[in-house]
Amino acid sequence: MASQSAESIAVPAKIEVSLTVNGVAAKLQVAPWTTLLDALRDHLDLTGTKKGCDHGQCGACTVLVDGRRVVSCLTLAVMKDGAEVTTVEGLAKDGVLHPVQQAFIDHDAFQCGYCTPGQICSAVGLIAEGKAKTPEEIRELMSGNLCRCGAYQNIVAAIRQAMEARS
Amino acid sequence: MSTTYIGTPASRVDGPAKVTGQAKYAADYNVPGLLYGAVLSSTIAKGRIRRIDTRAARAVPGVVDVLTHENRPKMAENDKAWKDDVAPEKGSPFRPLGDDRVLFNEQPVAFVIAEDWETARFAATLIEIEYQNDHGQTDLEAARAKAFVVPKPEKPRGDAAKAFASAEIKHDAEYFIPTEHHNPMELFASTAVWEEGGKLTVYEKTQGVQNVQRFLCNVFGLKSENVKVMSPYMGGGFGAGLRPQYQVVLAVLGAIATKRPVRLVLTRQQMYGLGYRPATIERLRLGAKRDGSLDAMMHDATAVTSSFEQFSRNDTGWGDLLYKAPNSKHTHKLAMLDVPTSSDMRAPGAATGVYALESAMDELAVALKMDPVELRLRCYSDKDQNENLPYTSKNLRECYEQGAQAFGWEKRNPAPRSMRDGSELVGWGMATGVWEALQMPAAVRIALSANGHAEISCAASDIGTGTYTIMAQVAAEMLGLPIENVSIRLGDSSLPNTPVEGGSWMAATVSHAILVTANEIKGDLLAAAKKINGSPLAHENPEDVVLSDGSIMSRKNPSRTVRIVEAMREAGLDRIEKEKTHQFEQVKGYVHNTHSAVFAEVKIDEEIGVIRVTRVVNAVAAGRILNPKTAGSQILGGVVWGIGMALHEETAYDHRFGRIMNANIAEYHVPAHADIHDIQVIFVDEPDGRVNPFGIKGVGEIGIVGAAAAIANAIYHATGVRVRDLPITLDKLNR
Repeated sequence: MASQSAESIAVPAKIEVSLTVNGVAAKLQVAPWTTLLDALRDHLDLTGTKKGCDHGQCGACTVLVDGRRVVSCLTLAVMKDGAEVTTVEGLAKDGVLHPVQQAFIDHDAFQCGYCTPGQICSAVGLIAEGKAKTPEEIRELMSGNLCRCGAYQNIVAAIRQAMEARS
Repeated sequence: MSTTYIGTPASRVDGPAKVTGQAKYAADYNVPGLLYGAVLSSTIAKGRIRRIDTRAARAVPGVVDVLTHENRPKMAENDKAWKDDVAPEKGSPFRPLGDDRVLFNEQPVAFVIAEDWETARFAATLIEIEYQNDHGQTDLEAARAKAFVVPKPEKPRGDAAKAFASAEIKHDAEYFIPTEHHNPMELFASTAVWEEGGKLTVYEKTQGVQNVQRFLCNVFGLKSENVKVMSPYMGGGFGAGLRPQYQVVLAVLGAIATKRPVRLVLTRQQMYGLGYRPATIERLRLGAKRDGSLDAMMHDATAVTSSFEQFSRNDTGWGDLLYKAPNSKHTHKLAMLDVPTSSDMRAPGAATGVYALESAMDELAVALKMDPVELRLRCYSDKDQNENLPYTSKNLRECYEQGAQAFGWEKRNPAPRSMRDGSELVGWGMATGVWEALQMPAAVRIALSANGHAEISCAASDIGTGTYTIMAQVAAEMLGLPIENVSIRLGDSSLPNTPVEGGSWMAATVSHAILVTANEIKGDLLAAAKKINGSPLAHENPEDVVLSDGSIMSRKNPSRTVRIVEAMREAGLDRIEKEKTHQFEQVKGYVHNTHSAVFAEVKIDEEIGVIRVTRVVNAVAAGRILNPKTAGSQILGGVVWGIGMALHEETAYDHRFGRIMNANIAEYHVPAHADIHDIQVIFVDEPDGRVNPFGIKGVGEIGIVGAAAAIANAIYHATGVRVRDLPITLDKLNR
């Protein structure tokens, strides 16, 4: 960035993006460099989705986009115009916890709680994918979601409970 | 209705908030007019800033201010103001944007404040810096010769050198633990918000809100009543949040400079410019008789600290707690490098020192051709030989027994490379763990309302340890209320005084503060109950009644009761509020520790070198367990950390530049789901009436201690290869 003149520097113009987040339609004015994660947290005040690395390495920012789990820190908001987004705030219905949320409490599948929204969204996505059947497969397909407190064993137990309740 | 909660596996009371995204962390407070900060970090390890040009950054639309050491608002000029409650005794704490000196890589050298985060971060890339590079030293091995001795509490016993020289069986080896970073999932963040009347509230990632509050008052010359620090939830600490970190100083600087609220969230890379578990070289010398009794124990540790502060913990001396040896001598050295100051990280000193000790004990068992459990039982010490005092309780023998049984240890073939599962080598190893049972003075406030609801509050933080939950359990039981009627408020510096959350002391600390405060409430309730006409408790003394099942109840005659709500109503009380500090009596004539026996199974595919920790049994003796569910999670987490320490974790430096090569959470490996298999936690019954009234010892640290050694020992058993430098990666098995 050597000796760039002040005049040459401009931040990108904002673009309108329509999202349906947790069933609610929203129109946002975001710059093209704004990630879906920052759009959710800073523009829509949905701070349940967490930033743990901003590099797609930790999974704390996992949300469901059109039903599929994605890391929202590696997703630009403008790429998802028209998409349906579900965050951790949108999983409970009418005050009743989603079975995965309840299973996380039952099995003490978290400690500090920071990776938990990502783990839960990832687990909901995983169950919908229907690929993981065994604990070994759950572990493999949940490995994009780090938990530094080390609650992994309890997370797998929680996911199994939610899976069994579903089938 | 029963109000017995202590010892039950209650689910976390903060669970619903955490699974729905309602729990707010330091970067989750979106206040009107919020500005966003971005840090520019140094790219040299030592030197000076010759020139810094922020003009291009300032020209970016949306940038509000750029702070450097040249233009920042005023901060304290003396070291005393910068020493937080848990700062090392010796040294001069780091001052962000203090002056033109660069003391370590990733040091903040400029702070951009903008209307949004992306703009701030972009503008930071436009700052031009010219350094004088003095080429710092980051290599412990290179600095080892200049390391200096730091005094430690343990005193030499007998003549260890002589006893070692003449021992029948000798073991002498060096072990190495690399620098490790805490990497909590939450990025370090602060949101500094101006309130009415010029007061400042800081939402902060910290393990001690009052520590940060005092620190900010000292650094910025602010009045205590004008600063509040909040941390009701913290996304993982592990020691990283014991001391205030530089981002809180920058956020407040930004708020002062712009007169607006400012949030700063560090990047994951920038968190490698904070504290860390110091790289440590550990030499162990053990001299034994052929029957396995120890004659001599010598443990010499050399650890890293910064060039400006002396941080050190006890790596040595743990052996004197565990194993009888008439002769013992240890030294602890520090090497000053051009890196940030090292810090507490889960079981500081013990995680590293006991790894080395327990690896050495395993090697000694091999040399003696003795079962490793048998060796530890032969050397078992009923006393802390440093203090020459017995333990308030020590059920470590039961840990060995119950752990070995649950693991199936008796089926172990002692010969290395003797056990297989298909094409994989199988290894079984074990190790001992030990930690201190600490307790600190603290206060809580209890406010009991006439509707039978109680709020318990104090400044403590729940960093994932389960403090909210165990406090609710203890308070509900002590007040005789259903747990649903108890609410807990934590993480607010204006609440009653508590220490920082660390060292495994918080469970004992807050439980006893609740106990004494609840007793005060009980006194008032009894007085109220006595006012009732024909009160069944008219002749009872406070010590003769308990609060149970919503009533004040006579101990001697449990049929004599008065409902709590009735007593308050009759006395015309809307609310009883008490705040009391609990000071622990010194435990005279005894030492107090927690212990564990860790058993690990590894399976190793020799062709591709993959090591899997397939089974771990961790049998823990830690006094009274308030909640086996949340305490069990603490131990599970500790074992996962032990797996990371043994197999994955290493902060890798390029010493030519003094830079970290893997300053992210993908190349710095922490255990992922796929790395974790079957972990079993056993809490060995350990009643302890001496340590404190409840018999609580704490469980946050003990889970990691010994875990890495058990795995390293299992890898030796599987392969016949002894790797003494962590982490044990596949390349090291084949060198």
